[in-house]
Amino acid sequence: MSLAQNHDNYSRRTLVVLMEDRPGVLSNVSNLFRRRNYNIESLTVGHSETPDISRMTVVVYASDAVLEQVSKQLYKLINVTKVIDITDDDAVIRELALIRVHAVSASRAEIKQLVDIFRAQIIDVAHDSMTIEITGTEDKVDSLIEILRPFGIKELTRTGRVAMVRGALQGASRR
Amino acid sequence: MRMNGAQIIWECLVREGVDTVFGITGGKVIPLYHELPGFPIHHVTMRHEQAAAHAADGYARATGKVGVCVATSGPGATNLVTGIATAQMDSSPIVAITGQVASADLGTDAFQEVDITGITMPITKHNYLVTNVTDLAQALREAFHIARSGHPGAVLVDVTVDAQMGVTEFVYPEDVNLPGYKPHTTGNPRQIAQAAEMINAASRPIIMAGRGVVVAGAGQELTALAEKARIPVVTTLLGKSAIAESNPLYLGMGGMHGEGYTNMALQSADLIVNFGARFDDRFTSTAQTFAPRARVIHVDIDPAEIAKRIRVDMPIVGDALNVLRQLLPLVQEADRGEWMSTIDHWRQETGERSQRWEQSEELVPQHIIRSLSEITHGEAIMVSDVGQNQMWEAQYYTHNRFRGLISSGGLGTMGFGLPASIGAKMGCRDVPVWLVVGDGGIQMTIQELATIRQEGLPIKIALLNNGYLGMVRQWQELFYDKNYCGTPLLGPEFARLAEAYGIAGITVHSKDDVVPALKHAAEVDGPVLIDFRIEQEHNVFPIVPVGRAIDDMIRRPRTDEQPR
Ligand SMILES: Cc1ncc(C[n+]2csc(CCOP(=O)(O)OP(=O)(O)O)c2C)c(N)n1
Ligand SMILES: [Mg+2]
Repeated sequence: MSLAQNHDNYSRRTLVVLMEDRPGVLSNVSNLFRRRNYNIESLTVGHSETPDISRMTVVVYASDAVLEQVSKQLYKLINVTKVIDITDDDAVIRELALIRVHAVSASRAEIKQLVDIFRAQIIDVAHDSMTIEITGTEDKVDSLIEILRPFGIKELTRTGRVAMVRGALQGASRR
Repeated sequence: MRMNGAQIIWECLVREGVDTVFGITGGKVIPLYHELPGFPIHHVTMRHEQAAAHAADGYARATGKVGVCVATSGPGATNLVTGIATAQMDSSPIVAITGQVASADLGTDAFQEVDITGITMPITKHNYLVTNVTDLAQALREAFHIARSGHPGAVLVDVTVDAQMGVTEFVYPEDVNLPGYKPHTTGNPRQIAQAAEMINAASRPIIMAGRGVVVAGAGQELTALAEKARIPVVTTLLGKSAIAESNPLYLGMGGMHGEGYTNMALQSADLIVNFGARFDDRFTSTAQTFAPRARVIHVDIDPAEIAKRIRVDMPIVGDALNVLRQLLPLVQEADRGEWMSTIDHWRQETGERSQRWEQSEELVPQHIIRSLSEITHGEAIMVSDVGQNQMWEAQYYTHNRFRGLISSGGLGTMGFGLPASIGAKMGCRDVPVWLVVGDGGIQMTIQELATIRQEGLPIKIALLNNGYLGMVRQWQELFYDKNYCGTPLLGPEFARLAEAYGIAGITVHSKDDVVPALKHAAEVDGPVLIDFRIEQEHNVFPIVPVGRAIDDMIRRPRTDEQPR
């Protein structure tokens, strides 16, 4: 008989977690990741379609065995109502970023061109900077950031990933 | 009926069947205590909140009911923390009620304000901060339900003073509706059938029983299964008493201080059927080396315990009692004589190794515990503390009474024993309660001798006094070049200290005085403390060194071997 944790098959997994919208629930969930030493890459939370139920998207770096523990431990939290592993589902995964980049009159046109290629938007222009909004996959957001970096990024904020399965939510629901 | 928050708290407790609470009052629970005299609940005034939590825990473990402790805000609440963590780790159902500063003052660092729900979040099954009297009854109803159902645990309810004093129409919530909490209690029939087949096909099976069997009250069913299929039973420390230990099928406790034959049986088994144990590292040692030949059936009410440390071939989520009842008709009668005689052969060798202490003229702990076991016929409620005393108690007392051992296993909390024995005695007035404790651990909660006296509880205390933090000294001796750093203890005269608290104290120096002292203590009506001055550098054997397989242990020296 061998150890449950097999460290070979680690990969990036996406979980959707539904929970009652009550004080303390969010800190309880994030506490759990820290305390049990799970490796989270991204965590976002907001309202769901049901009033009083929040929906969280968590991206963890885990093996099958660890992922199983993560979802079981999440289920143990009294206010967590559902945990769905959508890693293998056909899902739309998006992230939003706001990027304020250094821009003087000489560089504005070039920046605008790049922004257009990425189908991002310029949402504010100041005398020495432009603010850009981009929504897309993590890779797309990464690439735009890299391309803008030479101009000088003054401020950056990313939301982390949110996800939704195409069609009905099925997932390898773990319970 | 219109009631204030304090009355609602007590009324809810009464409806939950609570008749005893353990606590200490203070500024933010004065309104709560003010209403207590109107309710049929006995309050045991402890001398430290940690002890109040341990007492509630001891009560819960002895009775199977929910134990309740009460503390004020701030330091009262933080003092509970060790006790809450201890109960939670060992799946003991307790509800801790704490007072909190007025809701208007929350978050302002008010006098004696502490974020106890934040602090206890990782050490409770669930917790509540109640700031409005109208939410109180629902929170308490849920707290008790959560504490006792599923995988039981500790729940804390923090109540602001204004919620205690506010008045509302009291409506007892008949139902609990927690959409995120629905424990599975019966096993999946298909998995049960497959498990039964695995059991029927096994030639060297072992039943492993953990605390889950005790919690579920499934002792009889476990014994019935073992006897029907003739399967030997190994327990964890907390699984002790799941089967009467004088039953010939009982093989003892396995793991770090398991007997040689017990651990050898586990390592040679072709099937391990685990009911309600969590394959803790003190039991399995390194996970890779544990039971290499065995397939594993793991029954647990908590899915998160299954496949957490050890690979499982057949997981069954369910309550041990239900699953045993489901399994029993499907499991065939068997003889398994060959397997039993192999084990008996190993058992004989252990017996030979025990001759050394049996022949010893010194005051050794084995003799004390074995005599105590005989005098009480294995029927006392035994409470042990932590350290060598705990392991000697576990190895040499024959626990025949169900729920007959109360000990801090998961957290290993020194100081647990004395207050836990108070809780146990409050819950089981008619049963003798004995505490086995070390000279280190007893001093962590020794103030509770005053509580014993005030409540007039006839608790008997066997203090195994070796002048050391003995278990740590043993590790230093065996693994750290006998560097006894921080372990020698210069103790007080415990018998005289007991007398100062109004408790009879006896000091025993020699082997001949052991039985008379124990008999005397068992017979007299009140509490007694016996200070046994045991051999100071006596060790617990066998011991499995860290990182080794459980059958690769340091055994008891034989009579013809050099003592270690
Ligand atoms: C609260 C706490 N502090 C420290 C320890 C570490 N520890 C484990 S056993 C032990 C020695 C216990 O000494 P004693 O109570 O005299 O019992 P003995 O081992 O001598 O029987 C210590 C210090 C612990 N388990 N709990
Ligand atoms: Mg000691």
